[in-house]
Amino acid sequence: MSKVNETMKEGKERYKAGVLPYKKMGYWQPDYVPKDTDLLAMFRLTPQAGLDPEEIAAAVAGESSTATWTVVWTDRLTACELYRAKAYKCELVPNTGEGTKTEAQYFAYIAYDLDLFEGGSIANLTASIIGNVFGMKAVKALRLEDMRIPVAYLKTFQGPATGVIVERERLDKFGRPLLGATTKPKLGLSGRNYGRVVYEALKGGLDFVKDDENINSQPFMHWRDRFLYCMDAVNKASAATGEVKGHYLNVTAGTMEEMYKRAEFAKQLGSIIIMIDLVIGYTAIQSMAIWCRQNDMILHLHRAGNSTYSRQKNHGMNFRVICKWMRMAGVDHIHAGTVVGKLEGDPMMIRGFYDTLLDTHTKPQLEKGLFFEQDWASLNKCLPVASGGIHAGQMHQLLTYLGDDVILQFGGGTIGHPQGIQAGAVANRVALEAMVLARNEGRDIWNEGPQILLAAAKWCGPLRAAIDTWKDISFNYESTDTADFVPVATGSH
Amino acid sequence: MMTNPNGIVTQGQFSFLPPLTDVQITAQLKYALKHDWAIGIEYTDDPHPRNTYWEMFGNPMFDLKDPAGILLEINNCRKTFPNHYIRVVASSAVRGVESVTMSYIVNRPKKEPGFGLVRQEVEGRNIRYTIHSYATDKPEGERY
Repeated sequence: MSKVNETMKEGKERYKAGVLPYKKMGYWQPDYVPKDTDLLAMFRLTPQAGLDPEEIAAAVAGESSTATWTVVWTDRLTACELYRAKAYKCELVPNTGEGTKTEAQYFAYIAYDLDLFEGGSIANLTASIIGNVFGMKAVKALRLEDMRIPVAYLKTFQGPATGVIVERERLDKFGRPLLGATTKPKLGLSGRNYGRVVYEALKGGLDFVKDDENINSQPFMHWRDRFLYCMDAVNKASAATGEVKGHYLNVTAGTMEEMYKRAEFAKQLGSIIIMIDLVIGYTAIQSMAIWCRQNDMILHLHRAGNSTYSRQKNHGMNFRVICKWMRMAGVDHIHAGTVVGKLEGDPMMIRGFYDTLLDTHTKPQLEKGLFFEQDWASLNKCLPVASGGIHAGQMHQLLTYLGDDVILQFGGGTIGHPQGIQAGAVANRVALEAMVLARNEGRDIWNEGPQILLAAAKWCGPLRAAIDTWKDISFNYESTDTADFVPVATGSH
Repeated sequence: MMTNPNGIVTQGQFSFLPPLTDVQITAQLKYALKHDWAIGIEYTDDPHPRNTYWEMFGNPMFDLKDPAGILLEINNCRKTFPNHYIRVVASSAVRGVESVTMSYIVNRPKKEPGFGLVRQEVEGRNIRYTIHSYATDKPEGERY
């Protein structure tokens, strides 16, 4: 790619009425060195045939900052050079373009000055970065792949209401993944029947049970009934086991007023955790996070709706960007993939999401899709949730891929157990503890995992039954969201 | 008698497994030492889920790097408090953690009376919940 800076000099010529290529307007600056305080964004561009990728990169920079389609003299009333976003790098994506099966795509790196953004507002940040550019005719497709948020900007956000460390301290649960389940069927149960599932699963050994994303207040179960029955179940199970337990009460509703009302009721009943859905919007999420920090509440986020824009590789946005925004917005939990379950997920990509949520400092790792170094500025950590089509027989794979800081949610794998819900919970908890014990002992759980589970199943009937029921279940489909860079043995990029 | 599947308090990392042997405990101690975590021993006769501060059987052993020496301390604690709950706790001083990283029970009373749930019925259908340790019906030191 060329390294030529074609920006026209400021002055009369530059501001002559008419249309000027974005490159000439100052939005393409290959010699620009990003400042520590700049926000950086990396887009995957698929230009319309025959168009210059650098001009398209400049157009994205322009339209996501100060530009419009034509020259305007009013730029000259501003420090316009500062406010212009600068595309500073544009390179062909590996394995695209001539000689490959995929049309040419480009990674375009763009730097934005800190003053372009309002502090503490995901809404303002996203209105710039993803507000306009995805519909531009000059791009066939566009995907926001990654962002680097400067420390100066991170410090204007509260971050996770509770954070992983404090959540574990409140729960008194350390050194192992947490266990959860989503109540099933997700729709149709009465409050009384719903609470039964919660009680059985928690008494059996799970730490959390969860409302599903679309459980709000429907004709078959209004929200107050659900809250009342679930909290009786939680407290009864806590007394039966001597452990802190919780149920994510979904407070998602049509208005903020209604969500606050439901959250207050959850608090009054002594719940340690509430839940919201991604579809409520960034501002509502930030508001709920502030409410949670003020009320000693853990905040669970279900990523409902994300796959409408995060799944396709050429258009939309990568889920790792959602992870970054949600950590800034202040949620404590976010669903981030299972690797082995029923939902989308390449192992290295998912590790990248987990690192984004949990690291204090992230180094660029292209094989995980992490393009930027990111200092998290002491923002709390956000706990990833692995949910969807996982069961006890995969415990060695889950622990290897996902580590200790994760909530493993076995909904069907608990409730669908042939000996009942409590037995399902026992199977999951025994499998988990046996695997953590073995890993800590230095055993190679990736290879010895099945034997470790079978050995525990000798004295644990429920685990035996779980393995027999689901031994052949796996979801081996190819991922759509994969790395563009493969790790090499010598490992430097 | 507790009515959960194990019939015991299930706090800690390994309460669903058979009681850990000294060999198994040693392996877990080694895991903590490998990560440079400080190991402490704590005991209590009130295992209420929100009783955070169990008594310390001495300070965390920041400078003791020999698992056999730590196991000796665990066994001293068991001898001194044979009918108490005893847990091994590991702590990390790494920035971004600075908290507990492991916690598992290595001793428990022969009979675990468990907890009662006290429901205070208040306005409407509201209930205020209190979890009550049956053990605390007796004075400190006479509970098990």
